Amino acid sequence: MLRDAWLVAGKDLRIEIRSRVATNQIVPLAVLILMLFAFALGPGRQVLAPASSGLFWLAVLITALLAIQRSFAVETGEGAQDALRLMGLDSAGVFLGKMLAIAAQLVLIEVIIGAGVVFLYGAALHGMVMVLLSCFFGTIGLAAAGTIYGALAAGLRVRETLLPLLFLPIVAPVLLSGTKAWDAALAGTVSQGWPWIRLLGVFSIIYLVAGVVSFGPLMEAA
Amino acid sequence: MATILMESVIHLRSAIALAGQFPVLAGVDLTVRRGETLVLRGPNGAGKTSLLRVCCGLQPVSQGQAVVLGHDLVADRSEVRRKVGFLNQAGFLYDELTVAENVRFAVRASGGRKDRVIPALERCGLGGRLQSTAASKLSTGQRRRAALAVLVARWPELWLLDEPHAGLDAGGRDLVDGLVREARERGVTVLLASHEHDRAAPLADRIVLMAGGQVMGERAVPRQAALFPDEDAPVAGAPAEPAPLALPPDPGEWAPAPEAVNVA
Amino acid sequence: MSSNTIDLDPTELRSAPAELAPAGAHVPAGLDGPASRQPGETPRWYTRRWWVWALGLSGLVGVGFTVWLGLWVTPPDVNMGQLVRLVYVHPPIAWVCYLAFGVATLASMLYLWPRTRSRFWDRLAGASAEIGVVFGILTMATGSIWGRPTWGVWWTWDARLTSTALLIVLYIGYLALRRIPSELHVRSRRAAIAAIIAFADIPVDHFSVLWWHTLHQGPTVLTATLVPKITGIMAWTMLLGFVAFTLVYCWMLVVRYRLETVNERLETEGMGLVLVERRAEGIEELQGNPVYAMTGVPGEDAGAQGPGSALPPALAGSEPES
Repeated sequence: MLRDAWLVAGKDLRIEIRSRVATNQIVPLAVLILMLFAFALGPGRQVLAPASSGLFWLAVLITALLAIQRSFAVETGEGAQDALRLMGLDSAGVFLGKMLAIAAQLVLIEVIIGAGVVFLYGAALHGMVMVLLSCFFGTIGLAAAGTIYGALAAGLRVRETLLPLLFLPIVAPVLLSGTKAWDAALAGTVSQGWPWIRLLGVFSIIYLVAGVVSFGPLMEAA
Repeated sequence: MATILMESVIHLRSAIALAGQFPVLAGVDLTVRRGETLVLRGPNGAGKTSLLRVCCGLQPVSQGQAVVLGHDLVADRSEVRRKVGFLNQAGFLYDELTVAENVRFAVRASGGRKDRVIPALERCGLGGRLQSTAASKLSTGQRRRAALAVLVARWPELWLLDEPHAGLDAGGRDLVDGLVREARERGVTVLLASHEHDRAAPLADRIVLMAGGQVMGERAVPRQAALFPDEDAPVAGAPAEPAPLALPPDPGEWAPAPEAVNVA
Repeated sequence: MSSNTIDLDPTELRSAPAELAPAGAHVPAGLDGPASRQPGETPRWYTRRWWVWALGLSGLVGVGFTVWLGLWVTPPDVNMGQLVRLVYVHPPIAWVCYLAFGVATLASMLYLWPRTRSRFWDRLAGASAEIGVVFGILTMATGSIWGRPTWGVWWTWDARLTSTALLIVLYIGYLALRRIPSELHVRSRRAAIAAIIAFADIPVDHFSVLWWHTLHQGPTVLTATLVPKITGIMAWTMLLGFVAFTLVYCWMLVVRYRLETVNERLETEGMGLVLVERRAEGIEELQGNPVYAMTGVPGEDAGAQGPGSALPPALAGSEPES
């Protein structure tokens, strides 16, 4: 299972490095989203700085959606599903591999958006432990849920519209908890953030388990 | 029953397979023995590709029996996949990866050995510069060769070849013939679906005619005629015995598949 | 895998013309076997129409009585005045919404569980989720109507409101997934997985929204002064409301389930005929094509196959070319 996961993750990351979609399109888009938020809320730092934790996670959510769609777009060529199935890869391994590749891209995106929030909105990053922990669990949760729904929608003609409809309500708790954890960290009241970290942890565990269990039937159903 | 399963690599009884609501296989009875090379004939839409897809566990069997390499495909279609090699018409390659990377991923993912990849690529005419070419830049024939290279590197015990000659140049066609002959020498069971009868028939131990999602008839090919290697593509290791150049003038009568009685 | 079986109502095959499905062919036998393996697969009780009628009628009468009792018989509340009358409608509707989602989740689980897998559960899940969404929207609407005069706003980011709204959006996504045309068992399995994964989100959703709300200190739905004292006729009316709306739910479920069955049957109609056609088409193709005609089955062999042989005389009589 782990061997298959490494194989798939390596393949996906190699494709991403070659195509540079993440660096050339998704990252600039993330920065653009941060600018649009500022246009919507006004230039005042007294508005932007307190809102920065929510805007950070919202930007991550939107860009994560693109990364997920991209990750399953490479598997939708003619005969692609057949090819993947014929290799007889362990389905849990495929899930973990795709999830890891998406998570790796999310980490890159989060670093860029995090830096953007600090520079553009003037957010002061205190409580780095909490910030990093929330990012860690948030990333795993988003990547796991995204991989499940990406596979669910892959192969369907309406996948571009269906994926957001399915994915975004599911990850609403990540947005809520991530924002709250960041709020706590940025305000220097770290103790208030722990329940949210726990919630993020529970979320990521639920979807990791769900993915490992359900990916076999999902691959056959696509 | 048990002995049939032991000896036969493929055992289908009244197998019905559906694509949506359309029966691509409308009750197929077919038994393929170990080491046999079987050529599937039939018009377009006869169900040849669907039969191959059933055998490699891609297409579910809705009704009837289907046992391939001892795996009951009605119960579980995934176990058999690593043991068969399926050369389909749409050979999928990741566009962003090079030829060697694509083949290496496919071979390793299906449990094959990495060190066989380069020799296999060279054997299939994809040596040197071509190995590091992005798959998106390949021609149809080169893609087919890359798919063949995966098969050669994996060397599974059951080969399912769907129109293997299509899109290949003369050298590529000889390569396919040579590979099929070598496979048979080494005890591999081969199912080959082809419209190019002249090309495929000399390879066959048995020719099976399909139409309307059924097996309509079959014909055995005398062994020594089928064994004879093509002049252009001498097979490494194959005995160079002098033999007649063509099929025997009378190919024999088509015997109806015994099952055709019940099926139609 | 039992999901691979064709799910057909055996009655359908009976309706196929007998001459097109000869006794020797394994069309009826093959399709009949696994499809009717589980007795519960194609239940017949829904054909008893009086049962459905009685259910619908009792639901209607119950709702009628609730309206009559709620609007005319029961007194207005001391604190809430006429607004209290929504209490006979809103909680029962909300209850039906949660009940419907619960049934949908349970049915999805039973569908995925190999031992209990049958089309029954899949149809039930789809029907129930759809009703759940309708009642969910009704819950939101009645809640809004109540909230406007009470809190002065149509909407508030109250924990229960927010998580219910999220839940409805989740199930709208589920229904969208079900609407996508695919092979029946593929669609069913995909939908069942989605339903269960969505269900796994509900507790996390609930807690995150609950904590989010408490930290915000927003308006609270039910403060002590606003809780109406429900006794006597009011309690009975409310109880009747619960019973009546549950009956309506059951009736809608039966009707919706039936519709689903009929739809599926429409899709799979004439499976036996299609099989026979497919086989005939193959014989025709061989006949019409000289390339393959030479490889045709020798006539005398076909004749020896006895009366069960379905090879047409034209093909059976063709001579092999030498």
